[in-house]
Amino acid sequence: MYVLIIDYGSGNIRSVYNSVKKTLHKFKGPNLIKVSNELSEIKKADKIILPGVGSFDHCMNRIRDITDLVETINDEVLSKKKPFLGICIGMQILADFGYENQKTKGLSWINGDVKFLKNFVDKSKNLKIPHMGWNHLEIYKKNDLFDNITNIDQFYFVHSYFFDIKHKENIVCNTNYGINIPSVINKDNIYGFQFHPEKSGKSGLKILYNWLKLN
Amino acid sequence: MLSKRVIPCLDVHNGRTVKGINFVDLIDAGDPVEQAKLYNDLGADEICFLDISATNEGRKTLFKIVSNVAESCFIPLTVGGGIKENKDINDLLKSGADKVSINSAAVLKPELINEASDSFGRQCIVLAIDAYKDHNNIKSGYNVSTHGGKKKTDIDALEWAIQGEKNGAGEILLTSMNADGTKLGYDIELTSLISNELNIPVIASGGAGKPLDMVNVLKEGGASAVLAASIFHFGIYSIETVKKEMLRYNIPVRKTW
Repeated sequence: MYVLIIDYGSGNIRSVYNSVKKTLHKFKGPNLIKVSNELSEIKKADKIILPGVGSFDHCMNRIRDITDLVETINDEVLSKKKPFLGICIGMQILADFGYENQKTKGLSWINGDVKFLKNFVDKSKNLKIPHMGWNHLEIYKKNDLFDNITNIDQFYFVHSYFFDIKHKENIVCNTNYGINIPSVINKDNIYGFQFHPEKSGKSGLKILYNWLKLN
Repeated sequence: MLSKRVIPCLDVHNGRTVKGINFVDLIDAGDPVEQAKLYNDLGADEICFLDISATNEGRKTLFKIVSNVAESCFIPLTVGGGIKENKDINDLLKSGADKVSINSAAVLKPELINEASDSFGRQCIVLAIDAYKDHNNIKSGYNVSTHGGKKKTDIDALEWAIQGEKNGAGEILLTSMNADGTKLGYDIELTSLISNELNIPVIASGGAGKPLDMVNVLKEGGASAVLAASIFHFGIYSIETVKKEMLRYNIPVRKTW
C-alpha cells in the first residue's frame, strides 16, 4: 500500500508521517509512505492524506499556490475515487466556504461551511475557545472505522472553527462541545477527521489503522 | 465531554533532564526521551519540555530530543524555553513539537505573538506567564516576571494575559512564582483571576504537592489543565492517582491510553 501525505507546508506533517508509519507496519507489504507535493506521486499513491493545522484561508492559499494540485486531487479523489482522508483543517477545506479571517472558497467536496464555534456555543456555559484537548466521539452509527473503538476512547481536538455540514448523511459521528461538532465526516471515498489521530495516542492509531483498512 | 488535562513538565538542560526522576523502571533517568515515553505510557495527556540550555549547542540537542519523542509518543508535545523569533518556532514545529510556549521574548517583543500565530496558527502558540504577587500593584495584584522569575517587570499579569489573547495566543501557561516549588497547592486566586477574564484555555502551574491541589485549581480556579513537575518525577504520585482523585470529584478525565 502506498500512502501519500500531501505536503503544502503544514506544520504537523512529521507527526502524521510518524503515526501512519507506525500503523502501516501492521499491513502486509510492500508498503510505502511519502510526504510530497509532486503531482506524479499523488497519481501513483493508493491513499491520500491531507493534514492541516493553522487557518482555513492560509491552508487554502498554500494549496492553490501549488500549480495544478487542486485539479490533480479533484481528478484522483472525485473522478478516480481514491481513498482520501482530511485531518483537521485538511477536513475543513473540503467545505464550500470557510469564514476564518476572511471568506475563502474551499474545495466543495462536501457541502457546508466552516464557521466560528464561538457564535454557536451557549455563552452561559463559559466554554473556552479553541476547543482544545481530549474529547469523545458520539458513535451512534456502525462503521468499520470504529472497530475496537468504544465510547471510552478519546481523541485530541484543537480548533476554533467547525464544519457545519449541510447534508446530515455526511456526518459519521459528532463530538459535543457546547454544540454537536461533526468529528468524523464521510462521502463516498472521502473521509475527514476534525481531531488529530496522529496526536490521539492509541485511540488515534486505532482509527488510522481502521481507515487504512477500509476498501 | 472535554477532559481536563494532566501535563507533566520536564526541564531539559543540554539534552538532559535536570530534576532527576527516580522511577525504578527507567533505563536512563536523565534521558528526556525515555521519560517522555514513560509518561506517555502512564497516561499523560500532553508532555511539556522546558529547555533551560544557555548555549546553542544545548539547543541543538533539543531538536533531536523533540524529534525522537515525536516518533514514539503520539500525544501533544509543548516545547518552551529560549524561543526568540519565528525561526525558532518553525524549527521546533518542524522537529515535531505541536505547540511552543513563549515567555520572556513576548515581553520584550509583544508582536512576536502576532507574528507567530499568523504564521503557524494560534493553536500552537502558548503564552507562558510567570506571575508574582506585588502589593504595589493596584490592578490585579500580580505582575509579570521574566527569565525564569529572575527579572521582575511592572507589567500587570491580567492585562498581559488579555493582551496575549488579543495578539493571538491559543493558550496561557500560567505559573505562580509565589507557589512554585512550595508544594502547598496552586495559586487559585491568580488562576481564577486570569481564567475568568479570558476565552482561551489556561494551564495552571506551580505549587502542586498532592492530587487534591489539582482538583482544587481545576474546580475553583477554572483551569483547563494542570501542569506539574516534581510530584510526578519523584514518583510521589502517579498520573493515574491524580486522575482517580479528579474522578472522585467528578472532573472529566481521559481514562484510556
